Amino acid sequence: MGAIDLSRAIEMASCSDTGQVRSHNEDSVLANARLGLAVLADGMGGYNAGEVASGMATAVLGSELEHAFADRSPHMLTDSGAPLARAVLEDVIARTNAAIFQAAQSQPQYAGMGTTLVAAQFYDNRLTVAHIGDSRLYRLRDDALTQLTRDHSLLQEQIDGGLITREQARFSQNKNLVTRALGVEPTVATELNDYDVLPGDVYLLCSDGLNDMVEDEEIALTLSALAANLPLCATQLVQMANDNGGRDNVSVILVKIKEPFPAPAAGGWWGHVKSWFR
Amino acid sequence: MAKLILSMDNLVLKEIPLNKERTSIGRKAHNDIQIDNLAISGEHAVIVTILNDSFLEDLNSTNGTFVNGQQVKKHFLQNNDVIELGKYRLKYVNEAPALASQADFEKTMVLRPEVMRKAAEQMSGKPAEAPPAAPAADMMPPVGMAPPVAPPAAAPALPLAAIQVLTGSNAGKTLDLVKTLTTLGKPGVQVAVIARRPHGYFLTHVEGAKRPQVNGVAIDTQAHELKDHDVIELAGVKMEFFFKS
Repeated sequence: MGAIDLSRAIEMASCSDTGQVRSHNEDSVLANARLGLAVLADGMGGYNAGEVASGMATAVLGSELEHAFADRSPHMLTDSGAPLARAVLEDVIARTNAAIFQAAQSQPQYAGMGTTLVAAQFYDNRLTVAHIGDSRLYRLRDDALTQLTRDHSLLQEQIDGGLITREQARFSQNKNLVTRALGVEPTVATELNDYDVLPGDVYLLCSDGLNDMVEDEEIALTLSALAANLPLCATQLVQMANDNGGRDNVSVILVKIKEPFPAPAAGGWWGHVKSWFR
Repeated sequence: MAKLILSMDNLVLKEIPLNKERTSIGRKAHNDIQIDNLAISGEHAVIVTILNDSFLEDLNSTNGTFVNGQQVKKHFLQNNDVIELGKYRLKYVNEAPALASQADFEKTMVLRPEVMRKAAEQMSGKPAEAPPAAPAADMMPPVGMAPPVAPPAAAPALPLAAIQVLTGSNAGKTLDLVKTLTTLGKPGVQVAVIARRPHGYFLTHVEGAKRPQVNGVAIDTQAHELKDHDVIELAGVKMEFFFKS
């Protein structure tokens, strides 16, 4: 049976760059409009281990999710009443975590590698976002930019605890400390959230190389000014991070919702055919 | 590691490394930094250090705690801040690592659970050795925190530019290009954007079948650097780009 194809309703563009300071790019992106899937990972670890971890995360997640949704739609409800997308994302991320952890354990040159992750699965006028670490998902709706994910970082915990304010956070020396990462422990706690999706929405997945270098207001301005040309918008965001110093790898995935994408009616045409012969 | 340099009348008395979670300052002998002077309260202030960040808090001292001339209750210390207690000065020094290692230093790292627990204890403000003089309850009010001093911004020396509309109903109007991005044209018909970058202004085609023209020549897909008095034409309107001043 034909799997999902959302490429009529959803447009995606991505851009990933080494930045101005680092010697190589440890970020990895996967954008597949047909599957309605966007995955961004920011790797960490010595030599090329960070690239290996983030590359494994996007590759494993992409192929496993495509496989999982080949004959089951992500909107179907599981026994617990939650959409299948949630359960599948959690399960696939747990397996990806185990795979990266295994590799890190068995190969000395990969010891200690890990990666952040933000993965958005679009289906049935909704999205489920899974995230680990400080890579983010933003949404631009009616020219208002909202950060949909909350970083798993020491800084975010300090902000939540009232120790420092959001404005002061920009001056913290503790920016680079994440409290969760994929592949560093035998198990991982994935945060999952669901949101409704409207035509006209623009979603941005990014590594901290963008949001550490470019203010949210500038990001909002760029998204609303250039949403008509998504590839240009993606390269413009990366260019702004680099113009501001580009101290880290910088990666973005943009997702524009062109029209509604409701899940096909229960059973689809085959369900109808079957029902005639009951 | 961050440190404090204690001085009085510009005479350096000693250097104190901030290697503890809590560094207490006061007149009484049990303080980590004892300043035996009547202007200093018995328990005057405390510095809480979490990894690379340090926070100064006044413990309701009689004569107050000042940072860079301003009285503070709680303050997020920045490099070169000067803490004043009576006639004494404590300079906070937290130098960014040498430039060569800066890139490495800023690399994302995972906080392991044991480190997390320690940090959480510090944040809740009740480590085992917390003196009763500083009850946990009044440890965290985010009131009266002075904003940290902004780091010197690398001010772009780019001169301000503007565009003046030459034809159509808006002829004569000028628009200063102060924003990072300024879009021109009619959405859905023809749109171009001017990006303000550190080294110049660049025109890029955004949408529409026709590309904008600069001095009568259509630009390609790449960003086109604008020069003084270039004439841009898009959506049937001509406008001139020029540098102000």
